[in-house]
Amino acid sequence: MDALVNLVNESVRYDTERALRDVTLQINKGERIALVGSSGAGKSTLLRLLFERAGNDAALVPQDFGLVKTLSVFHNVYMARLNQHGALYNLANLIRPFGSELAEIVPLLEQLDMCEKLFEPTGQLSGGQQQRTAVARALHQRSLIVMADEPVSSVDEHQSRRVLDALVNGHETVIMAMHDTALALEYSTRVIGLDDGRITLDQASDSMRASDLDALYSG
Amino acid sequence: MPSTQADNSPHRPGLSPVRFTSIAFIAVAAACFAAADIEISTLDPWTEMGRLALGIVTPDFGATDRLLEALLHTIAFAVLGVALGNVLGLLLALLFDFWIVRTGCAVVRAVHELFWALIFLQILGLTPWTGILAIGIPYAGIIAKVYAEIIEEADPAPFRLLPKGTGRISAFLFTRMPDSLAHFRSYSLYRLECGLRSSAVLGFVGLPTIGFHLESAFSQGLYSEVSALLLLFYLIIATIRQWLRRALIPFYIVAAFMVLPEGSAVSWTSAWNFFTYDILPHPLRVATEINLDTVSATWTWFLTLLREQALPGVVNTLLLTMIALVATGVLTLMAFPLISPVFFGRFGRGVGHTLLVIVRSTPEYVLAYVFLQLWGPSMLPAIVALSLHNGGIIGHLIGRFTETLQPKLARARASDRYFYEIVPQVYPQFLAFLFYRWEVILRETAILGMLGVQTLGFFVDSAFADIRFDRAVVLIGVTAILNIGVDAASRAIRAKLRLRTTFDSV
Repeated sequence: MDALVNLVNESVRYDTERALRDVTLQINKGERIALVGSSGAGKSTLLRLLFERAGNDAALVPQDFGLVKTLSVFHNVYMARLNQHGALYNLANLIRPFGSELAEIVPLLEQLDMCEKLFEPTGQLSGGQQQRTAVARALHQRSLIVMADEPVSSVDEHQSRRVLDALVNGHETVIMAMHDTALALEYSTRVIGLDDGRITLDQASDSMRASDLDALYSG
Repeated sequence: MPSTQADNSPHRPGLSPVRFTSIAFIAVAAACFAAADIEISTLDPWTEMGRLALGIVTPDFGATDRLLEALLHTIAFAVLGVALGNVLGLLLALLFDFWIVRTGCAVVRAVHELFWALIFLQILGLTPWTGILAIGIPYAGIIAKVYAEIIEEADPAPFRLLPKGTGRISAFLFTRMPDSLAHFRSYSLYRLECGLRSSAVLGFVGLPTIGFHLESAFSQGLYSEVSALLLLFYLIIATIRQWLRRALIPFYIVAAFMVLPEGSAVSWTSAWNFFTYDILPHPLRVATEINLDTVSATWTWFLTLLREQALPGVVNTLLLTMIALVATGVLTLMAFPLISPVFFGRFGRGVGHTLLVIVRSTPEYVLAYVFLQLWGPSMLPAIVALSLHNGGIIGHLIGRFTETLQPKLARARASDRYFYEIVPQVYPQFLAFLFYRWEVILRETAILGMLGVQTLGFFVDSAFADIRFDRAVVLIGVTAILNIGVDAASRAIRAKLRLRTTFDSV
């Protein structure tokens, strides 16, 4: 299989705390991976590490969204392709959005039920709306891999499926840190479980049930 | 047993760093005060003060044409100077990672607008560009530093998510600029207020702003005209938020160019001469060839200049700065309750606000000039002027800060609340602002020498008057180094005491 990212015996420390211990992991093209584990197990750290290693092949939806709060939804999404145009084009689009850019971004937002807020500064939106803006930005990047850290933590059940469908349909390779074990299994082909910075589980999703993952959250 | 008895006595903590610093600065200022030349030398200051007071309450707007023209010139220089400073400052802020840019900005902002004006008067003559550059160049240095700090405060998370290969300019426009814009705007507004004061003072070196008319009205004892000029000036500063609309800025810039008098044509030969001949040290300038003798003569010239002018100038500048700094602190602590809801009701605060607006809108230079006319030459006018103006500025900020405090001793006597509740809470903020302004006070102290106190400005002014530009340039250089040194000391003390200021409005 084609390996997109390869980690061999990687460790990450924050100050003195070890966040990841000796992680060896290969991400292959076409995989949909769910990262599961209790909070503090190292899911976000692992995603960050994978995102750094993947370079321009990956887009990330971080847990805190990473939006520019004074800019509109449209401009936050547009930022995913800032490297494809020169400064002048970008500046013009900042001042007055081009029709061609709108035509690309509006359908993405429609898919996420976010269209009516197009020109509102993201700082004035609800948590769920901010999260969907961050997802739209990642989708707009059209990268090989999309990585998302708890991408449905702030949206309701109905919208969760819209968001996950959009992520999964837009990309061949997906890595998501997930809290909801049922959704994690439903939307993934491979489950990786983390506990205290180590990979303790790595299996195909179709062989598992949600209750099999409970052990990861008990400890 | 006496030894164990001592152990049982309550533990007395040593002096906290904040207290130690405060006491040390007061002690140094007291020593400086003892060494300083302070006296009232005019024969009858009271009569003159009475005439001034009478003039102030009977403003005479009779000479409307001249007043209006001077005001328009003052605004025009300020608008164009601050606009230039803003554009240059923003560009330099983007390059602030480079050591050379940071150092260059530190040097240009260490030299006061009036010194820049004296330099540009030699290079460009009495033209609009002299005034615009005199404000624009030092302001670019200040604005670059503040804007760089603002940009650094912007949330770094969106920047890290950008696709690789995004250009620097695009990245800045989308991830840093939007968060910084509101801060840029409020800081520019504050800078324009400073620019109006700077512009007014440029009149004292001959540019056609209100300083020019203030000086002539004052020397003729036309105090009612002085009063009218100052009142109009306060009105413009007080209404700045009303007349400065974003959409109108391009209009103001065009109008400012049209309002300014053309002045004499720039003589490029004399400008060229200034750099290639006038500022060369005298022994080098008159030498026919460069040999060991001319080099040693230049060295002797340099040492003599340092010993006879720079050294006394530096000593007097530092003396005056230390006294003015501590006097500013004392005045601030006395002034801030005037606008604090803890101590005064709506009416009392209204009076307090008016007083503080007047002292902080009047440039130090103008205040010092007024007191000098009344009291005669000594350090006293400068000390009073500096502490009034700066005490007004910091007092205003601290007074506003007390609005955010939760009342704790609401029923206690006002004096108890002042000493036990309010001052302890505002003290770190107060010290932060005071040390932040230390460098500003020093720059201003140096300049006040132009009024006769023997600080560095006195020697610079004399050098320009004697057409000895070689000396002037060296002395301005010394002033800049002193200023950068005090700035570094201030930053070190603020870091040591963990004092933080926000970048707005100081």
